[in-house]
Amino acid sequence: MSMGEVKLFFGPNHPGMHGNFSVHMYVEGDVVVKARPVPGFLHRGFEKLMERRLWYQNVALIPRICVPEPDINEACYAMAVEKIAKVEVPERATWIRMLVLELARIANHLWSFGGIGGPIGMYTSMFWSVSDRDKVLDIFEELTGARIYHMYIIPGGVRKDLPTGLEEKISKLMDYLEQRMSEYETFILKNRILHTRLKGIAKIDTETCLKLGVTGIGLRATGIPYDIRKVDPYMFYDKVEFDVPTATEGDAYARISLKPQEIKQSIRIIRQILEKMPSGPVNIKISDGNGLRIRVPKGMAYAKVESTRGEYGYLVVSDGGETPYRVAVRGASYPQGLYGVEHLLPGTRIDDVPIWLDSMGVCAPEIDR
Amino acid sequence: MAEKSFFAPLIAWKNIFEKPVTIKIPKEKREAAPRYRGFHVNNWEKCIGCGTCAKICPTDAITMVEVPDMKQEYGMKPQRPAIDYGRCSFCAMCVDICTTGSLQMTREYIFVSDNPEDFYYVPTEKGILRKEPSEIKIGWTREAENDLLDLERVVPEHLPAEERLNSFVEFVKVYSKQQAIAEAARCVECGICTDRCPEHMQIPQYIKAIWKDDLKDALKWLLKGVEEQNNFGANPLSGVCGRVCTHRCEEVCAISHRGEAIAIRWLKRYITDSIPTEMWHEIVKFNTPKKNKKIAIVGSGPAGLSAAYFLATMGYDVDIYEALNRPGGVMRYGIPRYRLPDEALDKDIAFIESLGVRIITGVAVGKDISFEELRSKYDVIFISTGLTLGRSTKIPGADHPDVVQALPLLREIRDYLRGEGPEPKIAKRVVVIGGGNVAMDIARSVARLQKMKFGQVNVIVTCLERTHEEMPADMEEIEEAIEEGVKIYPGWGPKEVIFYPNEDKIKGLKCVKCTEVFDENKRFNPKFDETEICYYDGDMIIEAIGQAPDYSYLPDEWKSKIQFVGSRILTNNIRQTQIPWLFAGGDIVNGPDIIHGVADGYWAARGIDEYLREQK
Repeated sequence: MSMGEVKLFFGPNHPGMHGNFSVHMYVEGDVVVKARPVPGFLHRGFEKLMERRLWYQNVALIPRICVPEPDINEACYAMAVEKIAKVEVPERATWIRMLVLELARIANHLWSFGGIGGPIGMYTSMFWSVSDRDKVLDIFEELTGARIYHMYIIPGGVRKDLPTGLEEKISKLMDYLEQRMSEYETFILKNRILHTRLKGIAKIDTETCLKLGVTGIGLRATGIPYDIRKVDPYMFYDKVEFDVPTATEGDAYARISLKPQEIKQSIRIIRQILEKMPSGPVNIKISDGNGLRIRVPKGMAYAKVESTRGEYGYLVVSDGGETPYRVAVRGASYPQGLYGVEHLLPGTRIDDVPIWLDSMGVCAPEIDR
Repeated sequence: MAEKSFFAPLIAWKNIFEKPVTIKIPKEKREAAPRYRGFHVNNWEKCIGCGTCAKICPTDAITMVEVPDMKQEYGMKPQRPAIDYGRCSFCAMCVDICTTGSLQMTREYIFVSDNPEDFYYVPTEKGILRKEPSEIKIGWTREAENDLLDLERVVPEHLPAEERLNSFVEFVKVYSKQQAIAEAARCVECGICTDRCPEHMQIPQYIKAIWKDDLKDALKWLLKGVEEQNNFGANPLSGVCGRVCTHRCEEVCAISHRGEAIAIRWLKRYITDSIPTEMWHEIVKFNTPKKNKKIAIVGSGPAGLSAAYFLATMGYDVDIYEALNRPGGVMRYGIPRYRLPDEALDKDIAFIESLGVRIITGVAVGKDISFEELRSKYDVIFISTGLTLGRSTKIPGADHPDVVQALPLLREIRDYLRGEGPEPKIAKRVVVIGGGNVAMDIARSVARLQKMKFGQVNVIVTCLERTHEEMPADMEEIEEAIEEGVKIYPGWGPKEVIFYPNEDKIKGLKCVKCTEVFDENKRFNPKFDETEICYYDGDMIIEAIGQAPDYSYLPDEWKSKIQFVGSRILTNNIRQTQIPWLFAGGDIVNGPDIIHGVADGYWAARGIDEYLREQK
């Protein structure tokens, strides 16, 4: 190492870092020469732990693989188990699942929208979106009994039906959020700080995205309308109308500005869900017996959903026993969190590193698993 | 640079007039949602300490702790769940699976303490905040849609009542493999059944083995029990008990609090019926060296066979003396064939015999061989002769030949069905006196014979107990008897046998209303209302009001040394009488059913072994 090159640690203990993740930066001046992602601070061996826990017990463990958006874990796991067990989930349960996933998408977009306020020093965006996110969490609390780790979607359906009067509260919230989104656009997205700090920063092009495996907003901001809800619809996403917003610049600003647009689409979907949701049972047993003795037949299945950060998937293998034989998680931020940091950060400035991590949505536990 | 109005930032100003989104704790309080998953409360009146919450807990936050001064009763464990809030993930699975519904979650979520021990907490009705139960708001509860238990029993195939009346064929079919596994999957392995079973059979273990489709392991649990603890919990009469056990275990089953108990009895039968006898030896092996001691067992009923089995596994030389022509006692001659076919009994006895037990049938001790001779030939004698004499109501007219005892008639019916005896005399109209299982057995047997002979059933059962629930017979038996056309009239006491005028032929039975069966001390002391009278028509009356032991084979010399409690022999806990070499068990000591007999046999075998070791 030459005298001019300095090694700096960004995270895990850093106010600009989201989660327990670290980037070792080798810098010359304030330009990053080499960046090494250092994951593992949140490695709790989720995948291995799941092999030791009953099929049903895993529902309490997996939400922890992605803290801000736990429901995708539950949904992927449940969908994979149902595929193996060849169980048809009741229609109402599927609609409720979609509702939960869309609410979670809104909550997580608001959360990361707030997150960008930290590294660029525009705290208004953080205050606004975090307080709006709390309103979504209130809905979750009424629906699932908890605010963050819902543990609500189970193999076979969901745990409980909607409480009375919740539909009304949700549609009120949707009206409120829709109005807020236009305020966000005028007040935050047109803000000078945001433009100066995000335009042309943390750029990625389509080719690199595809090479690294980046999906989600990262890919859509380069002009590719790739959304699993559209290209390979799961649940009833083929029965609802929505658009896939895209941008062409591929920079941090393009990605951030896509978020309010996606929230608007989610609001549109939720309104359709509330309209189309039939009444009926909300779960079905996936096998004989009580919760301790649920068994899933031999088999293997992969289930994926579109998370806020891209394709999120669970590969579940069963040998017919009391516990899964193997579970593998495709964390959506794996490509941008590891390869992206290594390949695309060199050449940028130190203060642009957190912008990459935030706008691409790097979520540490889903990399560590 | 984006187009931006100079006034755009002003929209933020509207927030100046709004309340802050945060709240000031503890001044302001925020109510949690109605189904919030907060701290637990546990109703100790309802909780049975089954530990299912601890088993489902994904984070191992729940442990079962022994509670001192806990009332000890069947169907309950002296433990209660303790929750470590350092581990709890508030998933509420414990609430969803709670067998009694005692565990609930509240809407409370703030608890502050400077003592870390406080976060390890045994929930009571008062909750972690020590509030009055009425002040606590319940959050997440279990409803039908999030119930984690499987409450409905898998019912084995049954013959319908009309069909089963036409023969003595066993009418409950054995579970299929799929059914058995589905039924076994309902078990939560709490072991409350094991505590209740007189023999302490290892029920959760063999049910789990069925669930894992490991029948060999299941059979080992049945016949060997806990091998390291002198085969504790084994039952050599598993095939019999799998059919006719009084299943006390099912009465206390944790699932029975909210649903139907696990069909423990049918599952046991599934194990023994699914493995052919030839394979039992390959699966269950005993390698105990032979001991040079001889033991005689008088009576080949459940207690005698069980004692013989356990003694044989300990290496003793065992001979069983049986007065009748076939071994099995009450199982062979008392229980009707439609409940316990001979083949099932033979299977169990064959396995016991294969361990080297000799069964000498047709030899009555006291008649064909004297008790003294036995005493001289054997080191220890175990008597288990059961209750063989029927009790009579002693009402006027009860000495008529058409007023018969249930037990001898049951024996005749079984001999007849085996082709070993003449057809028993059965009348077209029969009245049975008694409300126990023997009354049900004879009523249902007679109903079958009537249907086969006369084409229709006409059996009346009358008993002192005033309701079906009060009757000592199993509810299942009563229900099935009614299905088969037996008419049951509870709450009547027999008064007199009525005859046709000037004829020696029974016309019926005169009864008076029974107002009370037990007095305040719960002793049998019936009271009657003599003004309310009722007549039951019948050509034949069968008395099934209880049995008594017959000790005529015991020489007076020994009899005088034995202590009796009523008609029962008093023994110590290893079933040893006051004569050190004389052990006793079964109905003459404890009763009242097969499984108690098996348990007596086990403890007697342990006692005999202990006694003989001391003799060396």
